[in-house]
Amino acid sequence: MKNNGRHLAIVAVLVVIGSVVTYYLLTAIYKLPTAASQQAGPIDTMFNAHFLAISVLFALIVVFILYSIVVFRRQPGDEEDGAHFHGNAALEIIWTIIPLVTVIGFGIWAAFVLRVVTAEEPNELAIKVTGRQWSWIFSYPDYEDVGLTTELVLPVDRQIRLEMESDDVLHSFWVPEFRVKQDLLPGQMTVLRITPNLVGEYKVRCAEICGLDHANMLSNIRVVSQAEFEQWLADQSVSIGNLSLVERGEKWATDFGCIACHSIDGTGMAGPTWQGIFGSEESLEGGGSVTVDEDYLRRSILEPGAQIVAGYQNIMPATFEQQFADKEAELAQTGVDVDILAELIEYISFVGQ
Amino acid sequence: MKTDTLWSRLLGFIYILFTLGLIRGLIGMAVGIGIGFAFVAGLRSAQGLEPDPDLAVFIGGLLGAVLFLLFAGVFSDWLKLAGGRDVPLRHGPPEHRPAWTRYFSVDYNHKVIGIQYTVTAIIVLLFGGLLAIIFRLELVYPGMQFLNPQQYNTLFSAHGIIMIVSILLGVGGMINYLVPLMIGAKDMAYPRLNAFSYWVAVPAAVLLFIGLVVGGWDTGWVGYPTLSTRSALIGVQFFLLGFYIVGFSSIAGSINMVVTTFTMRAPGMGLFRMPIFVWGALAASLIQMTATQTVGVALLLVLVQRAFGLNFFSPPDGDPLLYQHLFWFYSHPVVYVFVLPGLGIISELLPVFARKPLFGYRWIALSSIAIALVGFLVWAHHMFVSGMDDSLRVPFMMATLLVAVPTGVKFFSWVGTIWQGKLIFPTPMLFVLGAISVFLIGGLTGPILATVPTDMHLHDSYWIVGHFHATMFGGFVFPFFAALYYWFPKATGRMYNESLGKLHFYLMTPAFWVMSLGQMRIGLLGMRRRIADYDPSLGIEQTQLLITIAGLIIGWSVLIMVYNLVASLRSGKVAVRNPWGSRSPEWQIPSPVPEMNYDQPPVVVGDPYDYGLADSTYVQVAPATPGD
Repeated sequence: MKNNGRHLAIVAVLVVIGSVVTYYLLTAIYKLPTAASQQAGPIDTMFNAHFLAISVLFALIVVFILYSIVVFRRQPGDEEDGAHFHGNAALEIIWTIIPLVTVIGFGIWAAFVLRVVTAEEPNELAIKVTGRQWSWIFSYPDYEDVGLTTELVLPVDRQIRLEMESDDVLHSFWVPEFRVKQDLLPGQMTVLRITPNLVGEYKVRCAEICGLDHANMLSNIRVVSQAEFEQWLADQSVSIGNLSLVERGEKWATDFGCIACHSIDGTGMAGPTWQGIFGSEESLEGGGSVTVDEDYLRRSILEPGAQIVAGYQNIMPATFEQQFADKEAELAQTGVDVDILAELIEYISFVGQ
Repeated sequence: MKTDTLWSRLLGFIYILFTLGLIRGLIGMAVGIGIGFAFVAGLRSAQGLEPDPDLAVFIGGLLGAVLFLLFAGVFSDWLKLAGGRDVPLRHGPPEHRPAWTRYFSVDYNHKVIGIQYTVTAIIVLLFGGLLAIIFRLELVYPGMQFLNPQQYNTLFSAHGIIMIVSILLGVGGMINYLVPLMIGAKDMAYPRLNAFSYWVAVPAAVLLFIGLVVGGWDTGWVGYPTLSTRSALIGVQFFLLGFYIVGFSSIAGSINMVVTTFTMRAPGMGLFRMPIFVWGALAASLIQMTATQTVGVALLLVLVQRAFGLNFFSPPDGDPLLYQHLFWFYSHPVVYVFVLPGLGIISELLPVFARKPLFGYRWIALSSIAIALVGFLVWAHHMFVSGMDDSLRVPFMMATLLVAVPTGVKFFSWVGTIWQGKLIFPTPMLFVLGAISVFLIGGLTGPILATVPTDMHLHDSYWIVGHFHATMFGGFVFPFFAALYYWFPKATGRMYNESLGKLHFYLMTPAFWVMSLGQMRIGLLGMRRRIADYDPSLGIEQTQLLITIAGLIIGWSVLIMVYNLVASLRSGKVAVRNPWGSRSPEWQIPSPVPEMNYDQPPVVVGDPYDYGLADSTYVQVAPATPGD
């Protein structure tokens, strides 16, 4: 082999330069979202280490190949074959052992980081998360007065223990700014720990395909100071008994996830908008039409598949009669009597005028 | 008189159409589906029950697939043999019919079957690519433009499974065409089983297509319960059944390949003297032969849960995670089925175009087997955030990281192969180098997914989409295209157009880099996979546009290749026996290859890749009989 030492020396220099350039480009193009949780710290360090390793390996292979393409191309008129060698056992062992040690090292480090980012801290706040097609519902078991909410409000710098379960299909809880992610299963609780450390507004985005409106299964998250959090808790705890029927209906529309599919402002969603719906004449899937009155609303909530408005699919759960009964029984124990169905219809006919 | 001739020619053509196995099979399939539907409808109404579309699709689809094979003639020889008749294996072009008809009918020659596989793979690839381009156009802007979420979900779900079918067919094409030639055999070990392996994939593809047009499905190609068990879309059942039936093709084809390799090698061809592609194909076949069954079980359980109401996956009695374990026990190893033959192509072609021996033959050969074996122990990395037991995370992370080691051996050995060579750059070599660059991107972006803490961010994000496409393009698509250009003269006797080949390469390669690197960038920023619409506040609109433009360029460049190959069939330069100066046995016989490949089994007398060693030969091939 002619000039092998000189070729290797040049390549070595180019690999060093290439690694630096690649790392610079990589970190310029590949940005992580703002880090807003304590768990993001060690995870981002790990990302950076990966980027460094990627840069060096990328430069190593690419420089060798580009150099060969340029320097070892066959010149016009040259009909000879290349240098004749079959391999080198020492080299093969080296490039088996070094990567082996490197990946095992990464693995051990990652196991430690995993322990850190899933570690339980004292004084954690438990929040129940329910995923359903296609909305998120939260509740605060430590604060019984706070009902179900569709917005997740978190105090800053306190560990949150999300106890998650799905009502129907798989979902996945992902807030990119928090870095960590966990699927929700039907019939089995999964847990995700997050310690938000940056006040701000974020979104939880369902990361596991869950059917028709998967893309829009988002909910707002607000990370607030401890004082604001307590104020919010107090605001939420207004007794249901003091609300008007329409106000109660609005609460049920949120709590039971109706507004995930039915807008009140005419926006097209998975289900018909409630704007202007009351008293209107709607044509039905499979022919015929119906006047939207109290009876029709009642039937559509309890038996969603019975009379579907033309252009929509039969995807609404038919489980609300039971859900309402459960909730009413639960409130009855605290001395509050409600008729969820009637109040919901009151609200729909109010916004649907 | 003149019109008479026209009419009789037209009638003659229509007659020939109805003799084709493909057309007969499709008629049989329609009959089968019809009978199945009628049977289920009758049974249900006799019981006084509502119609059950899921049951009808299950019974009708299965019957349709069986009748497809029966009508196409796949079972004919077997039925005759079972009836006690002696049926000699038919070889050669069809009698009383034009030669082209053999490509549309059951034929037992491995080269015909290889070409059937390959052409079907390209057609399916174009269709799957078209679906991707449609939904990429939708993603140019946030908000829904011209698709609704239902259509979008169907398109990406169909894109996934259709591309997987395409890749399986492409792998089958390369293996069927090349392996017997490379090991000096006249055919595969079981030619009738070989025909079955190809033809059973056709009704499977038809079922997927029906699923697409009867309303689609929204489960992705993974079909996770409880979405797949609850979804009211009837397309789900077609998708599951089509996917299930493709498995028969994989299992039968891989058994054939393994037996062929172990029993039909030319005299003197020890395992470590096989062309290196055969090692990749062997490793892939070992996986297919042993892992496909588990995904078959998973799909079948969902099918019967939907059709008969047997509950396996819905709580409280069923477990949705069980499906994921069964599914990934196949569906992770299968990505090595996709890439190992492709990596074999890279290793096969590099020495030819570097004019140098393959660096570390044994290491490359055994690294394929190592990847295949380790690949069985990593499936749960797809489930790091699924809710499976936390204690499983670290062991599966460690096993996954180990895959990097044999993969690295391949890269380093490729570098060693071109180092100090005399490189030449016809189109196949360009695609080999493109494959290395793209597979490097795919490979280097893998370990970051293997380490659990970083995966918790990246899981189900667009980073995965970028990583996966880079491994599939680098490990299959680029090598497959290299193989198409490289063996085109051997298969057809014509050369392809070199300028168009290079144009294809120089359009597709940079476009692919932009596409996959862009996908990973937006994934890191929070873009989820499988979403019909995205949040403009993520700040990813420009990159989305770039990805779509790159996708369009890739699409157009592939069309250039198709045009090139089709046009060159008629007008390409006549190919010489060995245009690349290869030592492999198939290049020592005429182009196109004679019906029975080798008159006499070639005798292996040296090493396959001794380029640059004076007076050395790999195989001695007896001269072909003229006029064969």
